[in-house]
Amino acid sequence: MADIAELIAGLPGVTSIAWARDELIANADRDGLVALMTTLRDDPRFLFEQMMEMAGVDWPERADRFEIVYCLLSVTHNHRIRVSINTDEATPVPSIHGIWPVATWWEREAFDLFGIGFSGQPDLRRILTDYGFEGHPLRKDFPLTGYVEVRYDDARKQVVYEPVKLVQDFRNFDFLSPWEAMTTLPGDEKARKDGAP
Amino acid sequence: MSDTTTQQIQIDSHSINFGPQHPAAHGVLRLILEMDGEVVERADPHIGLLHRGTEKLIEYKSYIQAVPYFDRLDYVSPMTQEHAFALATEKLLGIEVPERAKWIRTLFSEITRVLNHLLNVTTYGLDVGAITPALWGFEEREKLMEFHEAACGARLHANYFRPGGVAKDLPAGLEDQIGAWADKFGKFIDDLEGLLTSNRIWKQRTVDIGIFSAEQALAWGFSGPCLRASGVAWDLRRSQPYEMYDQLDFKIPVGRNGDCYDRYLMRIAEMRESVGMIQQCLAKMKPGPVKVQDNKITPPSRASMKRSMEALIHHFKLYTEGYHVPAGATYTVVEAPKGEFGVYLVADGTNRPYRCKIRATGFAHLQAIEAMAKRHMLADAVAIIGSLDIVFGEIDR
Repeated sequence: MADIAELIAGLPGVTSIAWARDELIANADRDGLVALMTTLRDDPRFLFEQMMEMAGVDWPERADRFEIVYCLLSVTHNHRIRVSINTDEATPVPSIHGIWPVATWWEREAFDLFGIGFSGQPDLRRILTDYGFEGHPLRKDFPLTGYVEVRYDDARKQVVYEPVKLVQDFRNFDFLSPWEAMTTLPGDEKARKDGAP
Repeated sequence: MSDTTTQQIQIDSHSINFGPQHPAAHGVLRLILEMDGEVVERADPHIGLLHRGTEKLIEYKSYIQAVPYFDRLDYVSPMTQEHAFALATEKLLGIEVPERAKWIRTLFSEITRVLNHLLNVTTYGLDVGAITPALWGFEEREKLMEFHEAACGARLHANYFRPGGVAKDLPAGLEDQIGAWADKFGKFIDDLEGLLTSNRIWKQRTVDIGIFSAEQALAWGFSGPCLRASGVAWDLRRSQPYEMYDQLDFKIPVGRNGDCYDRYLMRIAEMRESVGMIQQCLAKMKPGPVKVQDNKITPPSRASMKRSMEALIHHFKLYTEGYHVPAGATYTVVEAPKGEFGVYLVADGTNRPYRCKIRATGFAHLQAIEAMAKRHMLADAVAIIGSLDIVFGEIDR
């Protein structure tokens, strides 16, 4: 199992590769994605026939805020790999629907929920959210309650959209106690000034 | 002859709106069908009518609070969905659940599989005109629901497989009841098969309908019975075993034609295998703890909380703050009744998941309906939807 990591590390477009908890994770270049994925699918050493999953992750503090993770599976060799690429809000990712047709819906989902663009994807419509929805709900800066709510207006005999009115403020409990989550306690920096760690 | 009889009638293509309120749509599927007469030219599923933002909600919940959301995904097979999340969390925490918990999970995974296949096969029969299987099947489902209820207190939304083990041990006598049911269930499958397998109408509606080759099935991300019906011998329980599947003796049915009939046969054959596995689980289970003994992850016993201050604090901390999961990411999968169900879980070291992407099996299956239903009759589209075993709680999330 260890040698497949070395083989994939030598492919063009792969920037790094690592094992973590028995899972193989490769970081790749955005631009060489299609060529890399084609190799992973067709090369008899890898034969990742199936793309099982594609997940977007939002890291707002990073320069390339979106991470896209492709989970591939080879039913011939019985191995899996996760290929991860990064992009920002403006730069589209090359679509891989030509390699695995199943990618279309996952790309539509990532476009819908994160606002990630996919170049070469002819069918980039919203998929999960409502018709006419605005915004990208899985971004970290999108509020959990959303912006609009829906109700049936009996006077107008139709469904109406209105701004969200919360009866009580949205409560987000902060359970990160200083004993577990904070690595530096207030006042620690003074102790370090004296040279004691 | 008069002019009217020699006139040619031009049938133009037109679109019809199938669902979202259609009994054969298995939930809230809105399918825009472009028709050429009665032949489907293009099928465009509009999904998301049941979208509840599960993935977003989980980001605001602790790991314990996230488990019940998984019951509400594929509400036909709740426990296997929890299973994927529990395994993912355990992997990140680096804990191993006790042996009895593994056996109980394996046992209930298989009970869930029978539950799921019973509903699919019988309602599929209903879709194409056979009413009796549904009436019979729901009676059997009811018995299995009672096992669910006995184990966890709820018929559907179990919240039973939790990170660290299962919520509580099986009540006394349940293993015998399950054993007694398993002894009789084979006869029921025979009866069910008697209604469908060699039924002329059933075969006319399903044989050679919606054929998908192995290459197509792989490219479209199929898994589970739908993939095996196309002739790919792939089952996660065998090839990437988790829990106690490596200690069980079972066969994996594989189809040959990849049509609707084969997908039905897969499910029937899997039910038979599941009964065998349930009996093996019952024979091999031994008494023991059902959750890890670390009270930072699983709650202390009710009795100890009455006497021990530490147990009380653990209980309070667990149900308010929860536990902190070390930073990392995992893609963990189980062989759910419908196919590969996975959770891509990203932890950032806090008490809440940073990101929890759910790999819904039906999401990939439903997408292929365009390729499967093309140039089929409208009624065949219904047969294809039924054979894919889609549930919208899971697809729309």
